[in-house]
Amino acid sequence: MIDYSRVLNKNVSEIKPSGIRKFFDIAATMEDVISLGVGEPDFQTPWAIRKAGIMSLEKGKTKYTSNRGIEKLREEISSYIDRKQNIEYDPENEILLTVGGSEAIDVAVRAIVGEGDEVIIPQPSYVCYEPISVLAGGKPIIIETKAENDFKITPDELKAAITSKTKVLILPYPCNPTGAVMEQSDLEKIADVLKNTDIIVISDEIYSELTFTPNGHISITQIDGMRERTVLVSGFSKAFSMTGWRLGFACGPHEIIAQMTKIHQFAIMCAPTTAQYAAVEALKNCEEAVADMKSEYNRRRRLMVAGFNRIGLTCREPLGAFYTFPSIKSTGLSSDDFCERLLESERVALVPGTAFGKGGEGFVRASYCYSTEHIIEALSRIEEFLKTL
Amino acid sequence: MKTELLKLLSNNARYSDRQLADMLGTDEQTIAEEIKSLQKQGVICGYKAVIDWDSVENQSVSAIIEIKVVPQAGLGFEEVAERISSFREVESVYLMSGGYDLNVVVRGKTLQEVAQFVARELATIDSVTSTATHFVMRRYKELDVKLFEGEKDNRGNILL
Repeated sequence: MIDYSRVLNKNVSEIKPSGIRKFFDIAATMEDVISLGVGEPDFQTPWAIRKAGIMSLEKGKTKYTSNRGIEKLREEISSYIDRKQNIEYDPENEILLTVGGSEAIDVAVRAIVGEGDEVIIPQPSYVCYEPISVLAGGKPIIIETKAENDFKITPDELKAAITSKTKVLILPYPCNPTGAVMEQSDLEKIADVLKNTDIIVISDEIYSELTFTPNGHISITQIDGMRERTVLVSGFSKAFSMTGWRLGFACGPHEIIAQMTKIHQFAIMCAPTTAQYAAVEALKNCEEAVADMKSEYNRRRRLMVAGFNRIGLTCREPLGAFYTFPSIKSTGLSSDDFCERLLESERVALVPGTAFGKGGEGFVRASYCYSTEHIIEALSRIEEFLKTL
Repeated sequence: MKTELLKLLSNNARYSDRQLADMLGTDEQTIAEEIKSLQKQGVICGYKAVIDWDSVENQSVSAIIEIKVVPQAGLGFEEVAERISSFREVESVYLMSGGYDLNVVVRGKTLQEVAQFVARELATIDSVTSTATHFVMRRYKELDVKLFEGEKDNRGNILL
């Protein structure tokens, strides 16, 4: 008999499975659930994009592409980022197409982080940063962002986390699950801390199109001196409702992108070909479709925030992504208990804040990737549940 | 806000003023006043449920009637269109471009009833020169609402 515990890589086997296993297992199998638990758009990919994918198949575009991705798409991404953030990236050697934003984060971390290097990760945040850092041999250093700071990372918190071993700061804004965004002045303060260091920022901007501030999304790459020390990660999943197409990208200094491309080349070859052709259409002709989805998200966001506050769960206004993150502290329950009991008694699925790090205790994540009718029904069930406490 | 409010109501006329106010980032009173004013101006003309009559026991039939009309001097199509609109059996009346003039949707209890209505009441109008009746066999979508069971949300309950 093989003792697999001796066979397997400890870095892997010691990673905890994501979230709260027991709750997730119950929620996953339960039927007739009104869920607000999914972090994925409910909209179909706009038809023009799907059609472009189909056309590419009809034309026989079924081979590998170049490792970095098709030239036309890199050019479109370059002009898209320039249009949106006023930052230029050379399509020739500063842009890499990846299998979703997740792969971009993975190869960026692997290209920079070695054994014992420290990676600063603000939490509550998406669940991949910690395990990806560990797999690269790095050591995650967690900053627990605070509700009273609107879940933004502050310069003092950052300074306190930096050591001589710090290699990377993950900057996950707009943030899943908190909906927090970093505005220009917030980013400038972070930039001031980083400017005289060799720390590289991996800025996960996958939700950038879904920013509900008057100025829209600001990228840290726009702050003086930050472009040279930042890898900007984004993708097509959220803004264009293209989750299943698996297409993301990274933009950064060519010295970093070149190393990332090597890892990508050996591990993946290239991002999905059909998705790349479809994405060209997405960037060229779908601004209106994106704007329509955004205003629908915005109506749902307002509906949900007002709804939670009215039924007694304090909910700060999330300014980005498609989640609300109400506090459940007034109930006296832990996040896990709250979600478990709500699921049992009213069959509403939310995600406990603790799934996104210890700092999520006292909060739950509710996604608004659902129709308004669905949201209204879920809120009224949550209200019923609160009455029983 | 007016256009956004109208869009929301055209999707679902049963949103409460409070829900509308939440979605549009304003207060209930503003919404109530705006709706009242839109009704007064005749922008909002009515509120109806979208019903799949095929799923109800006392079924009915409907037909689309293409009508050719000789327009009257000075009145054009107005008089005849208004006259046809006044029948209880008539659900909608549109003036069309192209091969015929008026598109009229008629609903009745039976095929015969609709056919008789067309023959007796519409075909006999002086300025009507011809009618062509097309019975609706099945409805798939009505006022933006799909009347068939679409694909279910298969995203699961939890996804981080």
